[in-house]
Amino acid sequence: MPLPPRHPLTENPVQLYALGDSAIVLQFGDAISQEIHRAIQAVAAYLEEHPFPGFVEHVPAFTTLTVYYNPWLASQAGRLDPYAEVARQLQELLSQVQVPVDSTASPVVEIPVCYGGSFGPDLDVVARHTGLTPEQVVALHTAPEYLVYMIGFAPGFPYLGGMNEQLAAPRKDQPRAEVPAGSVGIAGKQTGIYSLPTPGGWQLIGRTPRRLFTPEAASPSLLRAGQRLRFVPISAEEFHQLQENEL
Amino acid sequence: MSFSIIRPGMLTTVQDAGRLGYRQAGVIVSGPMDGLALWQANVLVGNPEEAAGLEITLRGPTIQFEADHLIALTGADLSPTLNGQPVLQRRPVAVTRGCELAFGAARSGCRAYLAIAGGLAVPEVLGSRATYLRAGIGGFQGRALQAGDVVPVAGPTELGSHLHRRLTSHHPDQPWAATRWSIAPSLQASPTSVATVRALRGPEYDRFTQTSQQAFWTQEFTVTPSSDRMGYGLQGPELRRHNHQEILSTAVTFGTVQVPAGGLPIILMADHQTTGGYPRIVQVISTDFSLLAQLPMGGKLRFQEVTLAEAHHAYLHQERTLHQLARAIQLTARHQ
Repeated sequence: MPLPPRHPLTENPVQLYALGDSAIVLQFGDAISQEIHRAIQAVAAYLEEHPFPGFVEHVPAFTTLTVYYNPWLASQAGRLDPYAEVARQLQELLSQVQVPVDSTASPVVEIPVCYGGSFGPDLDVVARHTGLTPEQVVALHTAPEYLVYMIGFAPGFPYLGGMNEQLAAPRKDQPRAEVPAGSVGIAGKQTGIYSLPTPGGWQLIGRTPRRLFTPEAASPSLLRAGQRLRFVPISAEEFHQLQENEL
Repeated sequence: MSFSIIRPGMLTTVQDAGRLGYRQAGVIVSGPMDGLALWQANVLVGNPEEAAGLEITLRGPTIQFEADHLIALTGADLSPTLNGQPVLQRRPVAVTRGCELAFGAARSGCRAYLAIAGGLAVPEVLGSRATYLRAGIGGFQGRALQAGDVVPVAGPTELGSHLHRRLTSHHPDQPWAATRWSIAPSLQASPTSVATVRALRGPEYDRFTQTSQQAFWTQEFTVTPSSDRMGYGLQGPELRRHNHQEILSTAVTFGTVQVPAGGLPIILMADHQTTGGYPRIVQVISTDFSLLAQLPMGGKLRFQEVTLAEAHHAYLHQERTLHQLARAIQLTARHQ
């Protein structure tokens, strides 16, 4: 397969600043966009392949890539200025990175969801709020290809972009004491999937039998930033069957 | 080799240097609140710095050793005793099978660390033995220790067994024995009536009003009861912003001080979430995490502004001191 077209990272200058004494933030603009997201993904991938001495890990977010470092190792046991050294390494890296012009080629992860009933107790609430029928809510929710912008809040929890704004619904007045793992919810213009059983105030419209967080796996999060995702409606029988396969 | 828990104490968890490499998957780092203290405890028993030990919170557990072990206690002084007799901290202690370690009143600080030569041999999850309470993984079955738990201990390093043999040969037939030497108390966070916590300006510092910035550096804050391993709530001057622009969720870290809409700051601690969306007014320097870890609820603190260069100077100085300490203990073991 030919490589998709790429361009160097020169169009949007990247700002560097310290987050304390053990992290540097690379700031790529200040609004959510797929272009910025692709640049962050490209830099993160390049960094993983070319780690600098003292590199610990990185966290991609909507407009930032935060790079954690060990000041002792980055300074070569105190011989260099740790910040200057890490900043220099990152500037060099930024000049090397090539950003794909678009990422439609990235694979799409299918998330089976059983909508409504006991799996999605708020489907009717969302339908009433939006003036749609529950069937229309499901149709609109399963139509788009979502983009995983970042993972955060809880292990494996994806921040998704791409929800149809017609589905926007406010959070619940009273958060639930415990939302089951796999619950698919809507809060404002966002949709997401609970990865662990936690308290939560999102309107729950369905649930997936897929495990988003598997601590015993080498790659513990089912999803990662940069992936594309589609929700696929399933029946309660299929839910139970798939759930058994997951265990 | 193992020890069993007779009484669990308030919150006793297995911790190691932390779960690194998975923050991008939303997995928190965990690890000790007072990393310096656990590091020192490990060094004292000849363990590598990333070995797993126990973090003991305020009301300590009662532990019975099921074999002869070399142990060390660091961090808070929670009045530790062995078979009912007071035992000194910050030094290697040889205990024999059947010895009982217990704790009393918290004399200073609130988190003590117990290292055992060889380290705690609980299974690694995602490369670490640290307990992640909310996800129920790592540590001992993913939870705080309970009465009846039997915690396995790995075999000691060569240095650990050497220190152990030396100590027992000098004190034969005693149920337990400690070295006369110890590491200096000045190498640990020392509690004062009002802790001075050094911090750097955070990415959103400039969004706060000048009055709030000034109040932040000059006034006292109190640690509220809604404080735990995730973060400390602070009571003090309410901090106001002049710039209310929305903040997109982004990474945070240990020591990040964020300010929710109510204006009262929260310091993120060892079990903090990986990302957040509140303005980050300052970032506490790594060297002062120990000081924070030992602050009790109701404890008072004041923030002091430092530069990044000063923060790194303190960091590198502490790291050098710890390496010297490790070397000194190796030499002591050889020449005793």
